[in-house]
Amino acid sequence: MHPTDFTLAGAAEALHEGLISSVELTQAHLDAIAALNPRLNAFLAVTAEAALREAAASDARRKRGDARPLEGLPIANKDLFCTEGVATTAASRILAGFIPPYESTVTAQLRRDGAVFLGKLNCDEFAMGSSNTTSAFGPVENPWRRGNDPDARLVPGGSSGGSAAAVAARLALAATATDTGGSIRQPAAFCGIAGIKPTYGRCSRFGIVAFASSLDQAGPVARTVEDCAVLLRSMAGFDPKDSTSADVPVPDFARACGRGVKGLRIGVPREYRLDGTPPEIAALWEQGLQWLRAEGAETVEISLPHTKYALPTYYIVAPAEASSNLARYDGVRFGLRETVAGSDLRDLYERTRAAGFGAEVKRRILIGTYVLSAGYYDAYYLQAQKIRALIKRDFDEAFGRVDAIVTPATPSAAFGMDEKQDDPVTMYLNDVFTVTANLAGLPGLAVPAGLDHQGLPLGLQVIGRAFDEETVFAVGGAIERAANFRALPAIRAGVG
Amino acid sequence: MSLDTATVRRIAALARIRLEAAEVERMQTELNDILGWIEQLQAVDTAGVEPMAGAGAVALRMREDVVTDGGVAPRVLANAPDREGEYFGVPKVVE
Repeated sequence: MHPTDFTLAGAAEALHEGLISSVELTQAHLDAIAALNPRLNAFLAVTAEAALREAAASDARRKRGDARPLEGLPIANKDLFCTEGVATTAASRILAGFIPPYESTVTAQLRRDGAVFLGKLNCDEFAMGSSNTTSAFGPVENPWRRGNDPDARLVPGGSSGGSAAAVAARLALAATATDTGGSIRQPAAFCGIAGIKPTYGRCSRFGIVAFASSLDQAGPVARTVEDCAVLLRSMAGFDPKDSTSADVPVPDFARACGRGVKGLRIGVPREYRLDGTPPEIAALWEQGLQWLRAEGAETVEISLPHTKYALPTYYIVAPAEASSNLARYDGVRFGLRETVAGSDLRDLYERTRAAGFGAEVKRRILIGTYVLSAGYYDAYYLQAQKIRALIKRDFDEAFGRVDAIVTPATPSAAFGMDEKQDDPVTMYLNDVFTVTANLAGLPGLAVPAGLDHQGLPLGLQVIGRAFDEETVFAVGGAIERAANFRALPAIRAGVG
Repeated sequence: MSLDTATVRRIAALARIRLEAAEVERMQTELNDILGWIEQLQAVDTAGVEPMAGAGAVALRMREDVVTDGGVAPRVLANAPDREGEYFGVPKVVE
């Protein structure tokens, strides 16, 4: 077995039993990155020297009998997490040269638990996108291939496309990611791996480059549901440095993965049966529900009547928050500065932001500025916040009757890099099944469940009650066992 | 509701983003496509609904009013494109 084929939990076991060292495991991943990253563009920075140094220290620590929960496990971080002394770009030119003088809470906790960091992962610029094509440093390629069109280069989804592609191609055992409208779950589904956006407040946002603060949540992507659970336990927890961090205990999520679904009531929202959804996605959804029924769950049709308003609501709330958050990129305190001879301060701001932000980021800042501007605030922003309350109320009522909700993760499989790019609204529809969980603050897990007719992975999504990730993991674990998803991407470490 | 080019320029000015003349028209089309799609929200009856500002706890917690950080000016300034002593440097604002 190639060392890059371990699951995170499997690698932990192998390290514990002395079958492999962290240095060997880390070197195998660095070799895989060197071989495949020029093509995939999943990593924006590889911290090879530091990783090997950390791995050696980890091996020494393990010898002393002092191993921590993630001791010696090589993972990688989305380049939205500030990492002390390591450039952090948010895949934007405007953060050129920025070296954070501090560490994000999530990555600090992963270090605390012994993880080894391989580097920083590509993503959509400021996490704004669903195809990883808005990155200022070039698109990420999906390691999967269509069986009937093997030459087409596909998107990995977004915004956490680098995270998902790297984990699917075995360039890292697992990765951190963030999700504002589907940015963990959609790329996980497109790349045939698992990923969870936890409950809002579960993971600290301190040190994560902000996009839309009331929606942003960090979470893991990994090749199994259990691996997500293991990583989430280290990432989660109360942090006084984030005013919205939830002061609630962090359970041992991994124990919930094998709990089973006997007696659980699984909601099936009728509004998620969209016109134009490919029949194979509807069929996979029904298959997933059958698997759960076979394991003793009961499936119940539910209604979430405001579902169809979720995406347009999101495209008011998220840009509004983004326009405010991204005001900090002004060419004064960090990152890019653009001036011409005679520039005054205002000209400095305007030139810096024109040169530093890409087209999608500009669109969203302008939309956000407009919906917050005098005379339009009530009609757009306030109305969106009220509809957001109605979307949350739909879920509250549904969770009075069911323990979890199961839906498709995405309305399609991964698409080609040259498809769907022109029209922003069409691109936004990628998040139609995922965005509701962000608006309501609920945990959502994507699990690979099958292949489409082109041989591309499709995922199912499990949505749970706030702070009930354990039930989400239990349902996700049951789907994973029944689906027995074994297909592998064409491009991966250890082949070709 | 459709944005004219003057409004696009005004929003861009509010957002402090310089738009070249050639960009204004393209941005106008794209923004109007997005706003046209968002327009459907006007039809939703939200009478009596309290707006939801965030997904977390309804009330933010309080903390003691004490200094928890600071005294790290060199680190704060380390990424500045321009600086003078312990200050960020910008073009002259007042003549």
